[in-house]
Amino acid sequence: MSVIVDAGGLSCPQPVLMTIDKIKEMQKGEIIIKVDTDTSKENVSRAAQSQGWDVADIQEHETGYTLTIKKE
Amino acid sequence: MGQFKNFFSTRWGIIGVGAFIGVVAPLLQKWGNPGNMGICVACFERDIAGAIGFHRAAVVQYMRPEIIGFVLGSLIAAYSFKEFRPRTGSAPIVRFVLGVFAMIGALVFLGCPWRALLRLSAGDGNAIFGLLGLIGGIWIGTFFLKGGYNLGRTQKTYASVGWLLPLMMAGFFILMLTYPQVKDEAKSGILFYSLKGPGAMHAPVILSLAIGLFIGFAAQRSRFCTMGAFRDLILFRQAHLFLGLLALVALAFITNLILGQFHPGFVNQPVAHTMHVWNFGGMVLAGLAFALAGGCPGRQLFLAGEGDGDAAVFVLGMIVGSGFAHNFGLASSPKGVGLHGIAAVIIGLVVCLFIGFTMRKK
Repeated sequence: MSVIVDAGGLSCPQPVLMTIDKIKEMQKGEIIIKVDTDTSKENVSRAAQSQGWDVADIQEHETGYTLTIKKE
Repeated sequence: MGQFKNFFSTRWGIIGVGAFIGVVAPLLQKWGNPGNMGICVACFERDIAGAIGFHRAAVVQYMRPEIIGFVLGSLIAAYSFKEFRPRTGSAPIVRFVLGVFAMIGALVFLGCPWRALLRLSAGDGNAIFGLLGLIGGIWIGTFFLKGGYNLGRTQKTYASVGWLLPLMMAGFFILMLTYPQVKDEAKSGILFYSLKGPGAMHAPVILSLAIGLFIGFAAQRSRFCTMGAFRDLILFRQAHLFLGLLALVALAFITNLILGQFHPGFVNQPVAHTMHVWNFGGMVLAGLAFALAGGCPGRQLFLAGEGDGDAAVFVLGMIVGSGFAHNFGLASSPKGVGLHGIAAVIIGLVVCLFIGFTMRKK
């Protein structure tokens, strides 16, 4: 069961702050993060990896990206 | 999927961009730009405000092609890599006000973060106080960020919204070509030019524009941001952007040494004053305003180039802010702070705190 973080329309550092908050809350599992800029996509990916999570998938769509991060 | 397709957003990408700026800024100074001001986003926007008569400080009037290049270079990069995303609606009026006070703070210190780093790399000890202030202001900003401060979500909008600031910059360049500088004339057509002072010092137009375009392109790709460098370090212990900043200082130091532009000391530094408290205080205000607005002045230009209409409003706020700064005697000069500079810093801090405390979700 994955949790969704909707950071669409928010500029940095908000998407990263929201992702890290969720990572700390969950410890492990799967999180889906919605962002709308390439900068946010890169920053969230970098932050997730620095917390030991894997970026499992990045989907591009018209309004931005949906990232899936995982930790077993 | 963890790999980035974008080289510029890798560690070596951001270091490369910082290093490039570190080399070309002192070179621009060698080619004619003012002392320790190879590139200064705040000073150059202020010079643009002077060129179009928003203030009439005779020594700081010049349509700086570097700024025009930053925005247009970023626009080109954004279109080349399908990153142009027109968006707006995240509290534009707040961003305007933050831009005004960011400019006022920067002009009390006499430089944006880029120039603070360039001043440091050329031996200007006063820059240490400015940089400490900048870090202090950003540090205060991180408390608001952690406490839920944000200016709300942007909305996707028409491409033309994202085009307006780049078009304005293109228009400025056309004005510059239409009314070029005439030797010993303070005015050419509708544009004002400085006959002496920093505004009279500039590299050849084509060099300034070309370097501006290149930096705009590379910085859009790399997300280079001096405010973000300190913010991410404080907030996340994340040094990615900070490496770019370090590369800028290191390469600017080496380039200044090679060019004979390194002169360590506090007194008689170019376009600088020695009132340490207000070098610090001005940049606390600027740093806090940048942190609340989500980017240093350079980054706001690059964001505006990739379609961020709110960043464009911040840029316009800075340009208008420089009008206030010079018309009201808020800007410093090498003699020290302006008549009302201290009052303006205090008012600016109060306004920023008001924004920080009242715009929180949680």
